[in-house]
Amino acid sequence: MSLADTATLRTRVEETGLLWGLVGLVALLSLLPIGRLVVEGLAPGGQLSATALGKVLASPTTWTATWNSLVTAVSGTVLAVLVGGSVALLATLTDIRARNAFTFCFVLPLMIAPQVTALAWLQLFGPSSTLLKLIGLAPPLGSRNPLYSREGIVLLLGLQYAPLIFLTLRAGLRALPKELIEAGLAAGAHPLTVLRTVVLPLMTPPLVAGIALCFVSCLGNFGIPAFLGIPGNFIVLPTLIYQRLAGLGPGVLSEVAILSLLIGIIAMAGILLQDVMMRRRDFRITTTSSAARPFELGRWRRPVEILLWSFAILVLALPFLGLLTTSLIPAFGVPLNAATATLGNYAYVLIEHAASRRAFVNSFLMSAGAALLIVLICVPLGYFIVWKRSRALRLLNLAAELPYAMPGVVLAIAAILLFLKPLPVLNVSLYNTVWIIVFAYLARFLVLGLRPVVSGYLQIDRTLEEAAQVAGAGLPRRLVTIIFPLVAPAAVAGALLIFLTAFNELTVSALLWSSGAETLGVVVFSFEQGGDSTYASALATITVLVTVGLMLSTTLFAQRLPQGVLPWRD
Amino acid sequence: MARLTIDRAQKRFGSYLALDHVSIDVEDGEFLAVLGPSGCGKTTLLRQIAGFDKLDGGAIRIGERLVSSAETHIPPEHRKLGIVFQSYALWPHMTVAENVAYGLTVAGVRDPERARRVAAALDLVGLNGFAERRPGLLSGGQRQRVALARCLVTEPSLVLLDEPLANLDVHLRAAMEDEFARFHERTGTTMVYITHDQAEAMALADRIAVMDRGRLLQLATPSLLYREPANATVAGFIGEGMVLPATVLSAPQAGRCRVKVLGLEAVVRCRPDQPVTDGAKLCLRARDIGLAATGQDGLAAAVERLSYQGGHFRLEARPACAGDTLLHLDANEPAPAAPGDTVRIAIHDGWVIPDAGALREVA
Repeated sequence: MSLADTATLRTRVEETGLLWGLVGLVALLSLLPIGRLVVEGLAPGGQLSATALGKVLASPTTWTATWNSLVTAVSGTVLAVLVGGSVALLATLTDIRARNAFTFCFVLPLMIAPQVTALAWLQLFGPSSTLLKLIGLAPPLGSRNPLYSREGIVLLLGLQYAPLIFLTLRAGLRALPKELIEAGLAAGAHPLTVLRTVVLPLMTPPLVAGIALCFVSCLGNFGIPAFLGIPGNFIVLPTLIYQRLAGLGPGVLSEVAILSLLIGIIAMAGILLQDVMMRRRDFRITTTSSAARPFELGRWRRPVEILLWSFAILVLALPFLGLLTTSLIPAFGVPLNAATATLGNYAYVLIEHAASRRAFVNSFLMSAGAALLIVLICVPLGYFIVWKRSRALRLLNLAAELPYAMPGVVLAIAAILLFLKPLPVLNVSLYNTVWIIVFAYLARFLVLGLRPVVSGYLQIDRTLEEAAQVAGAGLPRRLVTIIFPLVAPAAVAGALLIFLTAFNELTVSALLWSSGAETLGVVVFSFEQGGDSTYASALATITVLVTVGLMLSTTLFAQRLPQGVLPWRD
Repeated sequence: MARLTIDRAQKRFGSYLALDHVSIDVEDGEFLAVLGPSGCGKTTLLRQIAGFDKLDGGAIRIGERLVSSAETHIPPEHRKLGIVFQSYALWPHMTVAENVAYGLTVAGVRDPERARRVAAALDLVGLNGFAERRPGLLSGGQRQRVALARCLVTEPSLVLLDEPLANLDVHLRAAMEDEFARFHERTGTTMVYITHDQAEAMALADRIAVMDRGRLLQLATPSLLYREPANATVAGFIGEGMVLPATVLSAPQAGRCRVKVLGLEAVVRCRPDQPVTDGAKLCLRARDIGLAATGQDGLAAAVERLSYQGGHFRLEARPACAGDTLLHLDANEPAPAAPGDTVRIAIHDGWVIPDAGALREVA
């Protein structure tokens, strides 16, 4: 009798211990950094004061950068909606062929680092474009690269994030019951009328969600305005924060904290606006049924296919070709031909250059480490959220979204504020080490791992766990022997998403890196800033190849994945 | 082996009472079926016994050990019972042998003892030779057997079966029914069998607990349940009983009394303490009524439908004196009447349903 009671007690201690450990961990990763940032905004340096606030708000640069941020984010979103929206409609609702291959190609820019996209497009245009020189179309020397402009930033933001609109809209279109379309057609409406009066109105929720996501991503993007804006002195909020901090050091921390709160507030406003719009009307779809049968394009099929694929080639293959050609020439400006082509840049970035070599190791280890740790957190976390329906954790589930919804610079500044001073009690300083970047990765990408794991749990029959419980297995044993193997495919998908995102990331590490703790994004950025476009291109080419290779490798276990966890898989 | 005592168990989901003061005593080694339509609370009851949910009131004991009450809750992993799930819940990432061995591994049993017991359990369900297969490659019946072997290998004192045959096709069900019966005979384990299929429950169980809307309606042997339903719901649910308003005319004599139903007098079975009343309810089964012989008293009724059941006809007729009642009876070949014909129906037997106040005690 007493033996049974001790066992029961132990079980309870194990379960509550694990639960509260997770609650603490998620709070540490999501609530603490944002909270610290807010405190700094209100009480810079620990004292309630409005001096820093006044100084930042009085500076005209602040408002120029804010205006520029708003203009580029809004225009970039509009472009992304036009491109991503029409492509989603064409690729989902019509009977075009090779849909999977097209989806993969169209979503690819999303998985490639923005700074690499920027670099690739820069190599495509401009007087020194190796590719244009190759075909004799390069503009005269001394002319300005047209991408060093507001319009250039808007164009690349739009193309980078068009896949976001594409993905949310496609998911919505797939959930649209075919009866709704067929009822419209049966009533005698032309397919285009049905599209305008039935499909598009019902697609408002996914579209609005996609727009909000896209707006926040454009607003927080650092890579594109850093590569295209800084040379032309077109400054947005993330680049302003970077310049202040890089130029003046931690002394201006309070000021940049206020700037990053400003971006945070704009991002939140975008998300709240989405919420308000969604409440104004009833968009609920009442029936469920199989997905709609695609519209037959008939003789228009081939032209549409040609259009879609040429677009994919234009935005994907051409810039990459620009990147590749630049990476093969010995010095910037030298034309590419059989005599000049060289792999020397690759040898340099892979072997000779110490920082770049270190960056490979750092980025690889930090991304893999973050992916692994997040999966280890998310599997028990998902268990409590989905199966135990723990209320505390469901609130924290929302909190976990926060660091990812916020622009990356916001989290980076918050991490600096947290770790600038040595940790209390332990007296260890994380600042200027790789660990501050690892912390930021864990906080920022937690939700990327959590979402696939949660959808994995939703698809598993819980009696599988209950059967193990009845067999006498306690929670730790069930997690290891039953639950982990069952959610493993979803967890691996999440880990891969985290790895790819962190591996290509620049926004966070641009503010947190230090000598010895460089990331690939940082090294590409400093090569390009130092005028070494050939090295930057070689390094960027390698990251693109790694990314595409890993994405393709998912076909190996795609059959065992819950639908929709990997954006590039149909 | 252990007895299972459920004492006034209560479970709420919001304002809905999913279990309303349910009390059941299961004897050591007994095979109890819990029968009811979906949503009646039988699965809730099973989850309470297993410990997946916490009880809001009352108590559950396994053997002498209190496992569930409003204050106490022993988690499922410490209840030492076995469950066969409706979905079988076989772990897809383990082989058949690993599935069966799991409970032994958890309990600290090691090879060769473990291997020996796994082999014995697989042998018992006729699956030796399947040890290294993955569950995904097995047929429905084979999966069911693996689930059974997995549940019994640890020799639990109490086994819960949650609609174990619901996912099998008809001819396989009969075979598995036999299997369960033999198992129970051989192991003598106390078994609680959840089902919505009354034929299954009747064939297997020592006693049946009929549930509806969270309440226990009657707990009795299959034959008693069929012959003497305690209330109108049980009467209607079990064996398609027809429940008709009746007047009890005489006090019971040797278990029978005189009643008037649909204007016709008949002698039917009743409880020894059945009072004379004009508000009684009579339960009639198809075999309790038949076409009246010539000259016999009968009830005029219009035949509405005749359906062939193989060997006999099911005849549905509407009495002339009660337009909202439909009677059904069995009639031998050849067809005695055609739809639209008027027939005369005689009542040979029936059961006066005890009134609601007395029925709780029947269990």
